[in-house]
Amino acid sequence: MKHITVPYSPETARSLRAGDEVLLTGTLYTARDAAHRRLCALIEEGKPLPVDLEGQVLYFTGPSPPKPGSVTGSAGPTTSVRMDAYSPLLIRKAGILGMIGKGGRTEGVIQAMREYGCVYFAAVGGAGALIARSITGMEVVCYGDLGPEAVHRLTVRDFPAIVAIDTEGGNLYRSGPEKYKKSI
Amino acid sequence: MRTLTFGRVAEAVERLCIQTACSLPEDTEAAVRGAADAEESPLGRKILGQYLVNADIARTDRVPVCQDTGTAVYFVRIGRELRIEGGTLRNALEVGTEAGFRKGFLRKSIVRDPLFDRTNTGTNTPAVIHVEETEGDGLSVVLALKGGGSENMSSLKMCKPSEGKQGIIDFTVESMMHAGANTCPPVVIGIGIGGNFETAPFLAKKALMRRTGEPHPEPDYAALEQEILEAVNRTGIGPQGLGGSVTAFAVHIETAPCHIASMPVAVNFNCHAARHGEVRL
Repeated sequence: MKHITVPYSPETARSLRAGDEVLLTGTLYTARDAAHRRLCALIEEGKPLPVDLEGQVLYFTGPSPPKPGSVTGSAGPTTSVRMDAYSPLLIRKAGILGMIGKGGRTEGVIQAMREYGCVYFAAVGGAGALIARSITGMEVVCYGDLGPEAVHRLTVRDFPAIVAIDTEGGNLYRSGPEKYKKSI
Repeated sequence: MRTLTFGRVAEAVERLCIQTACSLPEDTEAAVRGAADAEESPLGRKILGQYLVNADIARTDRVPVCQDTGTAVYFVRIGRELRIEGGTLRNALEVGTEAGFRKGFLRKSIVRDPLFDRTNTGTNTPAVIHVEETEGDGLSVVLALKGGGSENMSSLKMCKPSEGKQGIIDFTVESMMHAGANTCPPVVIGIGIGGNFETAPFLAKKALMRRTGEPHPEPDYAALEQEILEAVNRTGIGPQGLGGSVTAFAVHIETAPCHIASMPVAVNFNCHAARHGEVRL
């Protein structure tokens, strides 16, 4: 188990390998489909983003509403492939160095990750109550009108994740199933 | 004629929504425990262990098992000698859903229009409601909170009758391979066979309401369920799609008579957090 501070340096990003289990402590930003669409539209128009994402890690999640007195509700990952149309642009132009979600990514994203030293982590889908315990702070940064799809700044302590795709193209979504596949 | 008030139905549905979102049903939890014993991958076993810890936290803290508290899908059986006083049955379900999602701090995930106006309705309604009329004066409301991730990977094929059993096995395994990690495995696989273009997906969803792992009452179909389960578990997809020997907990088949030219097959996936519950009034 590796303890990693987020955001991390480009060197740290390149040192991580698919299959590494990590605990992340620091700051993450949430974004789902609708926020990705808006951020990418601004980049394409050459306009500034409402939040500086240089070197940051994005978490693909739309938490359930917090109960009174709680920081967040359940907050597990959503399916990442829906973000694949947008992620290469955010890696190349906004400078993100990490993404957290669930499920595999398409070739265009993996290529951009290799070029720019970005890491993709898997969080455990359907374990949102457990993951919420590692979230100690949450505030809306922009796009509050999107409700659960707004961009939030999260403060996390020992957020559990697994390096799924590394900066060299190592991919646990390929190598893991390959190892356990039996002849059909 | 027996009478139930609109309010009584709506309140029961409200409680059912909160209970189903925050408390993993006993059959699902037993399936996860069984998988944790059987799984060959150490990482897979660890992930399955996290599902169990997550279920404990959700139940204790009364927070949703998963932030995607889903589309509210109802299978209702209403006796023809029962009358709902003060409003329609459908409206009682909608009002109960809205109240449950608000009071239970569940995530509202329904948008008004699929294409041009994807504005959140803010209530998690409309729900998806299937009603069946029965003899007697009882009311049974079965609710499934169906997450988007596994639903998105579901599929339908209008098979030729000549494709037979092997066609159904191959289509299910192909659907699973294509779906991979996105379904949040291990999954429960509902397969609807027969009926029309619109019947098969309905049957596949209905199959997911069955107690997890309970076999089909007919031996031929029970054997087919087992054969498909074994084939799916040879894919290596495993918990969260990160590799392992348990990709599905169970396969449930539901069937209907069909046209001489047809054999529709629908495959509906349910994520590992299969949340369903029932209230009888």
